[in-house]
Amino acid sequence: MKYVDEYRDREGAKKFARMIGTITTRPWTIMEICGGQTHTIVKYGVESLLPPGLTLVHGPGCPVCVTPLAMIDRAIAIASRRGVIFTSFGDMLRVPGSSRDLLAVKAEGGDVRMVYSPLDALKIARDNPDRSVVFFGVGFETTAPANAMAVFQAHKEGLKNFSLLCSHVLVPPAINAILSSPINRVQGFLAAGHVCTVMGFEEYFPLADRFRVPIVVTGFEPLDVLQGIYMTVRQLEEGRHEVENQYTRCVRREGNVPAQELLRRVFRVSDRAWRGIGDIPSSGYALCDEYEAHDAEKIFDVGAISAQESPLCIAGEILQGLKKPHECAAFGGRCTPEHPLGAPMVSSEGACAAYYHFGSMHG
Amino acid sequence: MDNVQQGDIASGPACPIPMTEYSTVTLAHGGGGKLTQQLIQRMFVPQFDNEMLGRLHDGAVFTAGGARLAFSTDSYVIKPIFFPGGNIGELAVNGTVNDLAMCGAKPLYLSSAFIIEEGFPMDDLWKIVLGMQAAAKNAGVGLVTGDTKVVDRGKGDGIFITTSGIGIVEPGAAIDPRNARAGDMIIVNGPIAVHGIAIMSVREGLSFDTEIRSDTAPLNSLVEVILKAGADVHVLRDPTRGGVASVVNEIAQSSRKGILLDEAALPLSEEVRGACEILGFDPLYVANEGKVMAFVAPGAAEKVLRAMRAHPLGKDSVIIGEVVEEHPGVAVMKSLIGGARVVDMLSGEQLPRIC
Repeated sequence: MKYVDEYRDREGAKKFARMIGTITTRPWTIMEICGGQTHTIVKYGVESLLPPGLTLVHGPGCPVCVTPLAMIDRAIAIASRRGVIFTSFGDMLRVPGSSRDLLAVKAEGGDVRMVYSPLDALKIARDNPDRSVVFFGVGFETTAPANAMAVFQAHKEGLKNFSLLCSHVLVPPAINAILSSPINRVQGFLAAGHVCTVMGFEEYFPLADRFRVPIVVTGFEPLDVLQGIYMTVRQLEEGRHEVENQYTRCVRREGNVPAQELLRRVFRVSDRAWRGIGDIPSSGYALCDEYEAHDAEKIFDVGAISAQESPLCIAGEILQGLKKPHECAAFGGRCTPEHPLGAPMVSSEGACAAYYHFGSMHG
Repeated sequence: MDNVQQGDIASGPACPIPMTEYSTVTLAHGGGGKLTQQLIQRMFVPQFDNEMLGRLHDGAVFTAGGARLAFSTDSYVIKPIFFPGGNIGELAVNGTVNDLAMCGAKPLYLSSAFIIEEGFPMDDLWKIVLGMQAAAKNAGVGLVTGDTKVVDRGKGDGIFITTSGIGIVEPGAAIDPRNARAGDMIIVNGPIAVHGIAIMSVREGLSFDTEIRSDTAPLNSLVEVILKAGADVHVLRDPTRGGVASVVNEIAQSSRKGILLDEAALPLSEEVRGACEILGFDPLYVANEGKVMAFVAPGAAEKVLRAMRAHPLGKDSVIIGEVVEEHPGVAVMKSLIGGARVVDMLSGEQLPRIC
């Protein structure tokens, strides 16, 4: 397949692995931000090609993993209402809330539908004028423009029965939170290529400067990830801390300007709670007042939700790269992909699920 | 939980439900992955406790009246019932024919039970029946008994079909999931993941430049060729629901051997690869309806491969991996870039990813 096979080439991977091995003189800890990158690293066994001492920690860039429990409970409460068609991307359906997940709501008779785009949800709203159609808007800057477009369209068409349950989060404030932690051990970042496709990478320069860390905008194919690691290690070894772009075939410094304009029009930056990490100021999006008629959180009064995380789950430490999944006491015992205690065990991009599958190789 | 289960079963008929994690059945319990396996192993197998069922093969093999017979059953609840490359009726015939073939048997007779929802178009039923007729003829089996029930509108989803079948085990065939041995080569008869993507493309309204047609086909004549080519065929499996990944896991666990797949050797069509990329699906977990995986002794592999390639359903046959002594019970895949990863069973339905 053109434009894919080139980036999965065995010889190319060997070459980059050799180059990384040659320049690495000390142990380094690098965080890949995005869950898509974690997925590639695990799926292709990238870590098995790296020199010992070079550690990858898996960052908070899995939207499934960082969506707070209270928000999932809210989604479940809305989806359980009569007259509601609750739509979502597939992998949110299995994320456990306090007592059940959206698939369980479906099993109990709720109208929960998997869609591939918020615009599909919009179509469902047009086709079902007597029902209230809610889309679960989850994700980083990558998925935000399509969700903004759905709300913008609904508003324009006067589709009063469409609303967005908005749980968008932003990458730079998360990097800031990780680096500000007194126990941070991350020395370099692979920034999320697709987030930067939308937003560009201007916002990363102050972070690289302030915390003196290299940040390399990196793609998602195995050779992208290996090259991103190579560029980060080279900076670390040379004592540099710059923002570099590995993913030049998709990312421009200024990003996708029309998408950003749409985001500014529909959303405002707001404080957000991150599952496992806690509140981060100005770290997400909420709908602007102009579009509040499409804000599911305002439309559906589901009462106060007080969600309790399992006390056994150390997802927060894992999402910040402070601990590896197998260092958790519940890992593989009380917490498995079939019965997850926390979100990183649910998503195929979650660090715990990735380790669970990989770890079983060694019994 | 195990203690509770055993204790109460011993004390009499008032068994507790042997699963505490789920109070209702979810779709994932029927997905062919880990939850399906748990349901079968906790809910069904211990209660009907017998050696044939315990083998968890595609069908049961037993001796009756001096003949070695294979017996299998399968239900079809597919949506949509008409899809590119076939319909639910063809699938129902081919599926049971294939389950029998995977026992090393020559399929003879099938039964078919229909559960039809009130209001179901007669025209559609006719098309399904014609599909079954053609499939039965193609496979050389007789559809010799059946049953029909109609349920109230809204109490079924159009039509459900259950087929059962019996076949006679080919002399000398010793096909058993426990028989995989280190060194065995794993052969598959062509591109994988086609059926699942064909269904998905219609169900989800995805349109691709080229239509992806289901690979549904009766595999009994191909299996006959495989068995005649070399006596050293140890395991046969059709990677239907749950895909190739589920088969290699089941065989690794049954045989207590390791399985090593080579990602670079996996046969995939460009269309299916493209669809999987878009949906974030792993083709290893996507269903097939016309594929067989043969675990063959290394000495016989070339001969079997040649014979398979001479058959119309096997012309694209390739070796995709081998059975190894290392990591018993676990399937591992050498990735395209040379790394290694575990190929686990799916925990539930495969769900398209967010981004």
